[in-house]
Amino acid sequence: MSVKEKKRNPVETATNEQKQVAAGLISVYIMGKRYEVPEGFTIMKAMEYAGYKFIRGCGCRGGTCGACGTVYRKPGDYKIQVALACQKTVEPDMYIAQIPFFPANRASYEFSKLTSAPEEIFKLYPELFRCVACNACSKACPQGIEVMDAISALKRGDISEAARLSFECIQCGLCTSRCFGELAQYHMFQLARRIYGARVLPRAEHLTDMVKAVSEGRYEAILEKLKNTKEDELKKLYQEREMEPVSAGEDWKPKDGKSLWEAR
Amino acid sequence: MSYLGYPDFFEPYIRRVEETRPARMEKRKGAEEFPFMSLDERQEMLKYHPDYKEEGRREIRVGVSKSYRVAHEFVDLLEARSRVDPDKVDLSGADYEADVLIIGAGGAATIAALIAQENGGRVLMATKLRHGDANTMMAEGGIQAATKLEKDSPYYHYLDVMGGGHFKNDPDIVAAFVRQAPDALQWLESLGVMFSKLPDGRLDAMHGGGTCRKRMHYCADLSGMEIMRTVRDEARNRADIRVLEFSPAVELILNEHGQCAGALLYNMETEEYLVAKARAVILATGGAGRLHVQGFMTTNHYGATADGIVLGYRVGVPLAFMHTVQYHPTGVVFPEQIEGWLITERFRAEGADILNVQGEKFVNEREPRDVESARFIKECLDGKGVPTPTGKVGVWLDSPMLDILHGEGRVRTAFVGKWKVYDRLGIDISKAPMLVYPTLHYQNGGLKDNAECETAVPGLYVAGEVTGGLHGENRLMGNSLMDIVIFGRIAGRNAAVFAKERAKEGKLTLDHVKRYHKDLEEAGIRTDRVAPILLPDYTSPEVRERQLTRAVWGLRGSCSVYGADPPDE
Repeated sequence: MSVKEKKRNPVETATNEQKQVAAGLISVYIMGKRYEVPEGFTIMKAMEYAGYKFIRGCGCRGGTCGACGTVYRKPGDYKIQVALACQKTVEPDMYIAQIPFFPANRASYEFSKLTSAPEEIFKLYPELFRCVACNACSKACPQGIEVMDAISALKRGDISEAARLSFECIQCGLCTSRCFGELAQYHMFQLARRIYGARVLPRAEHLTDMVKAVSEGRYEAILEKLKNTKEDELKKLYQEREMEPVSAGEDWKPKDGKSLWEAR
Repeated sequence: MSYLGYPDFFEPYIRRVEETRPARMEKRKGAEEFPFMSLDERQEMLKYHPDYKEEGRREIRVGVSKSYRVAHEFVDLLEARSRVDPDKVDLSGADYEADVLIIGAGGAATIAALIAQENGGRVLMATKLRHGDANTMMAEGGIQAATKLEKDSPYYHYLDVMGGGHFKNDPDIVAAFVRQAPDALQWLESLGVMFSKLPDGRLDAMHGGGTCRKRMHYCADLSGMEIMRTVRDEARNRADIRVLEFSPAVELILNEHGQCAGALLYNMETEEYLVAKARAVILATGGAGRLHVQGFMTTNHYGATADGIVLGYRVGVPLAFMHTVQYHPTGVVFPEQIEGWLITERFRAEGADILNVQGEKFVNEREPRDVESARFIKECLDGKGVPTPTGKVGVWLDSPMLDILHGEGRVRTAFVGKWKVYDRLGIDISKAPMLVYPTLHYQNGGLKDNAECETAVPGLYVAGEVTGGLHGENRLMGNSLMDIVIFGRIAGRNAAVFAKERAKEGKLTLDHVKRYHKDLEEAGIRTDRVAPILLPDYTSPEVRERQLTRAVWGLRGSCSVYGADPPDE
């Protein structure tokens, strides 16, 4: 092989050859065509090993961006299953196809005009009520979200519950791909979370106080002084900073308050 | 057989961690800290940091920052030719037109788009993958802002940022940053970002490495995802923001007045090159982890290939702080399926210990990232790392401590993202520790700009990870998410104003690319390499050998983790 040897860091990603030695090869069918790939590889790495270079269907490679939704079927099983290619490891003789794009419906809205009334969501997404509670969405979710429960919450008008249940949604759309009622659950949840975050959760009043203090110029003088402080002096100030203990509660206050500004 | 989900191989090592845990818990509960290093000790420790390895870098031989020594992987891209012959590009018409063209579609780009649109600009975003496919989506830890008057202020935030960056940061940029952080956070709150809050609405906050006050705000352990999907949702509501996916920029276009006036885009699916004309341009292309600097594994997104650095450098924007790259101290070393995966600093912030093979502490968990990483590397070089059956080495992150410190179920609820992925692999991280090692995480430096996001080229603005200055030589946790919000907003506003008030109509040109090619020749650089590479190439070397008609090297990528070198060097 013509792979040039490079000086390698001890924890660098292993080469293909090393991985082949560590694990045997198994057959998989990528879009119906058979390839030999190393056991233990994720679907994504196995496809790359086979020679694919992704343009679509690959993103964060860490299970958080939702770009690599994949459909697969195992031999001897009629069941169609879904997973993220970057998370699911290959199994012998599995049939694999990626879903590069899914044309799900997304409603457009002017967020500043929305209230926390559930009717707003009903109006934007009337198909919400096409849900037949088959639970295919929850079974499809690679995040293990109880998608159907969150949809049921929305139907009841419980935006908060839908927001909390769907918080880990990575918007891969696999729920939508399996939905009998053709709901775009992940777009509905997005709207629910925004309404919950902006209209239901109480606002941080201390943040308003700080924004006000800054806009009134309370810190301008000390910041201006810091900007013109020489490196040696800055290092001294840095070393002298009083550290808030890790275990400190919300009521902790520093002994030295001279670079603080109290609104009250 | 396995022990707590790990192969038997690890059993004796995990048992040592369990043996020392009760005594360590006592110290944690008594708020007894492992001593922090002094500034001198930190300096000494940094000799173990990959940035300080001279053989890892070389001088750039062309361009505005000629003779600057940066990592080979960056120089390879800067000493490469354009993907196109500039003489073959028809600049007489435009395939797309906009007031503000934004290159990239991650956090900084999307936030810039919102504000540019609010300032009257018709916005076009061009990106290589999908809208939101970016490192922002993967940021977990949190977002820093001084928000509690009674114990914190922009003053302390400023000192922390400077100390983390070795006091080399751009003071103007840092001052603008700490001053605007609270307002930026409130803007996110108003857009509906679900911050973790106390019942009365107070923002939860914690420490990060190098902070003197708890000012790291967060959305469970999915802070970046929550911010990204919220601002993306907002952008999708606005008709004046158009997004071109799978269409990255490959060159910036200037006009005869020397203003930046658009970019040449590449439709990755039809392989056409198309001209986008604009009255102002924002580069927000993010970072470079996928270059695998010095062969390190990375936490970064598939598209993190330093495209913006290449584009900006070719039009004459100097580089700043590109000699430093951030290694996140805690990337997964084992299990192999999630190798390189980021383990948020919040585990350490909440009180999980870092341990060597003896189950002993050897470092305070909240040193700045570069110092923390260097210390881990030293411990492993000293033979005190934990070996793996795959021939690697790492240190323990004792996550089960958090359930003991903060109550049963803490790991599962506060770190649900991590818990689930490990759980799929059969490991319960509320019972077993995690094995970690530094991983390539963030491009500290980048294109030089000022506090107004302006560059050396009129009409060209930059924001986010592609810039250099705010973080100096080392970024602190929670300051990159705040970086993209603050400077995304500033870039968006200033670009829209430039488009309205200062942009002039004029003939479009790629003469700067011709000049750059000439400079390469004059510097004696004869190469087939082309840049930007757009995506890394993880095809196996055996397959490559058989791809006899593969396009010129570089068009299908460059820096492979499998170690393939360019054919000419």
